[in-house]
Amino acid sequence: MNLNESDTEINEVIKAYPPERQNSLPIMQDLQKKFGYIPRNAFKKIGLYLSCSEAHLYSMATFYKALSLVPQGKHVIRLCDGTTCHIKGSVQLRDEITRLLGIRDGETTSDRLFSLQLVNCIGTCAIAPAILIDETYYGKLTPADLPAILNKYRKMEEEREKEIEKESGMENGEKNEKEEAS
Amino acid sequence: MTRTILVCCGTGCRANGSMDVSLALTAAVAAAAADANVCCVTETGCSGLCELGPLVRIMPDDIMYYRVRPFDAHEIIQKTVLAGEPIERLLFKDSSGNHVLHQADNPFYGHQKKIALRNVGIIDSRSIDEYIAHGGYSALARALEMTSDEIIREVEESGIRGRGGAGFPTGRKWRSAAVLESSPKYVICNGDEGDPGAFMDGSIMDGDPHSVLEGMMIGALAIGAEEGFLYIRDEYIQAVKSMKKAIRAAEKRGLLGESILGTNRKLYFSVVRGGGAFVCGESTALMSSIEGNVGEPRAKYIHSVEKGLWGCPTVINNVETWTNIPFIINAGGKKFAEIGTEGSTGTKVFALVGKVKYTGLVEVPMGITLRKLIFEIGGGIPNNRKFKAVQTGGPSGGCIPASLLDIPVDFDTLKEYGTMMGSGGMIVMDDHSCMVEFARYYVNFLCGESCGKCTPCREGLRHMQSILTNICSGYGREGDIELLEMIGSTMIDCSLCALGSSAPNPVLTTIRYFRDEYEAHIREHRCPAGVCKALTAFSVNHATCKGCMACNAVCPTRAIVRLNGGFPIITKSCDGCGSCRDVCRFNAIEAVKGGRV
Ligand code: SF4
Ligand code: SF4
Ligand code: FES
Repeated sequence: MNLNESDTEINEVIKAYPPERQNSLPIMQDLQKKFGYIPRNAFKKIGLYLSCSEAHLYSMATFYKALSLVPQGKHVIRLCDGTTCHIKGSVQLRDEITRLLGIRDGETTSDRLFSLQLVNCIGTCAIAPAILIDETYYGKLTPADLPAILNKYRKMEEEREKEIEKESGMENGEKNEKEEAS
Repeated sequence: MTRTILVCCGTGCRANGSMDVSLALTAAVAAAAADANVCCVTETGCSGLCELGPLVRIMPDDIMYYRVRPFDAHEIIQKTVLAGEPIERLLFKDSSGNHVLHQADNPFYGHQKKIALRNVGIIDSRSIDEYIAHGGYSALARALEMTSDEIIREVEESGIRGRGGAGFPTGRKWRSAAVLESSPKYVICNGDEGDPGAFMDGSIMDGDPHSVLEGMMIGALAIGAEEGFLYIRDEYIQAVKSMKKAIRAAEKRGLLGESILGTNRKLYFSVVRGGGAFVCGESTALMSSIEGNVGEPRAKYIHSVEKGLWGCPTVINNVETWTNIPFIINAGGKKFAEIGTEGSTGTKVFALVGKVKYTGLVEVPMGITLRKLIFEIGGGIPNNRKFKAVQTGGPSGGCIPASLLDIPVDFDTLKEYGTMMGSGGMIVMDDHSCMVEFARYYVNFLCGESCGKCTPCREGLRHMQSILTNICSGYGREGDIELLEMIGSTMIDCSLCALGSSAPNPVLTTIRYFRDEYEAHIREHRCPAGVCKALTAFSVNHATCKGCMACNAVCPTRAIVRLNGGFPIITKSCDGCGSCRDVCRFNAIEAVKGGRV
């Protein structure tokens, strides 16, 4: 993950909204979505744009669970510990994820692939216990289902990396050809 | 005959793979297109019986299939759609083993009466045309010809009370906002639905977004508002998308914007995504959040209807309340009032979840008994276990024990017994649920959610948390129960907002109905339900054990071993998770006193 989010990228998100204070939450949510957290240098920019203090924005960023000050992994696992999921075994799922990935609630794996968030209810109580990874719901889970699910994301990532490698390889190739031609 | 295939794509069915089913059906339809019998595949919102999803329904024959897999698609098209023949294995089997063809003949659906869910699971939620074809926006057209007073009178006559929590009469709320001269005024839809265990609002917004908009439009006309907000929780990805799309479609049709249907009435709606804070379900906190502030509640010396959003008159209702409005305008308030009980008119949508056989979304007339809801509609408790309690009203509600299964479900009766309707979560618990642990869970939850602004809530919750944690881990002391009761009553009297003043409910009701369980924890260091790890050990009853080793397969610590022909649990490795007990079909694993204390 790129940890030096560029000013232009941040500005783009901010300027998508008119400069009214009511847009502070949506702006931060969009930043969260784009970068996986609210970059430090974004607070000043939002503050200037919406004419509110940075402290105010910080207090929001720490109050709302959807916002984070530290970078989140590429795939956010939202593990429901709502009432229904709780009585149907979400604790066992939590323990298993911790065992498999070595992360607890609010933590991110060292390769930045996964983050774990315990949330209150993801609205699929009828198939509890459930988790939400990015935008996909998984229900009626037992700890035994988890390795396969997590591996799917690992595979996806591996493939993506291979693709990037291939692409960059091609670009280099093209460059060489061009250089030769000139 | 032209047939339509309805594929349930509510979040529950989606998680069960309904999108793949829909894809396979579409492909199978295309492959069979030559056979003339035109049919189309419609992706609908939640049809209710999530437990048995993915659900597929073929109209107009009304043949309902359960647990459909993509590889069933071809057969469904060939047999059912083209030849009109049902496929037995995909049908519902009732308790006497008969196959049930139609939705209404399934006991889960048979007792229901759908008003708020009238379109959910039937129409394609993405299509405004389908909504209109099902009678949508006719109530708006009617309301445009009524005076504000006439609209409000219908709502008052319907007797509808807010579906989100305490049950304040909706008509009265509207009336007090309408009489105010000031402008601007606002309408808000509370789609935050913080109650864990309740998901009806998300399902309605996802499955029938236009009915919510239509209700809000009528409300806006009635009170004279020109702007409205839908505050939807962030986790409801589908609902957010669906509502945004519906607003755009309504704008395109001239239902929203500069002029509603060619009249000189203006109306603008927008969606605000919640930030994931439970307290934002409280109205003043919610408004503060929309304004772009931290979502903290304020004291309600002045009601929101007078000074709400940006200090202006604001009517805030929850999703289900808004959805009921078009029905009330179309059918008349009287008609609505005929349903339900005298003090609680109409129907209520419940999320029937937990240890119940058929989990899902149900809508029933107010006044239905808990027994009917849980045993007839919900099919009772799975694995023939014993019913222990049902929790209603989320963290602000409480537990009702088996002895009260025959009370009617309505606003006032529930309150009488120490709980509340809330947004309609019904969490059923069997004898494997520990009521003390359950109270601890809620208090722990609320501890994290309390905004911390007022002392009784902030400190009270913290103390209750530490007392309950102690009890669950075997360090309970004489007097703890009384202390919990005292803290609870102080919080009820002195907290600033509804979160704090209702937070003790789960604790107080469990003490009221399950005091013996608290006492067993405190005096005997025993968890009767076998849930509190520190007080529980598990043992295999070799007389009933059949040696199937199902328990071994689920044990995460491999604590069950084959030894001398039996299956003892190695206490040292056992983590006390209870998975083995849940999975044993022969009830051969027993919770006994023991554990770490
Ligand atoms: S505990 Fe139950 S599942 Fe396990 S071996 Fe014994 S009978 Fe079988
Ligand atoms: S309680 Fe859990 S850890 Fe202990 S034996 Fe049973 S399955 Fe294994
Ligand atoms: S409690 Fe887990 S999805 Fe609702």
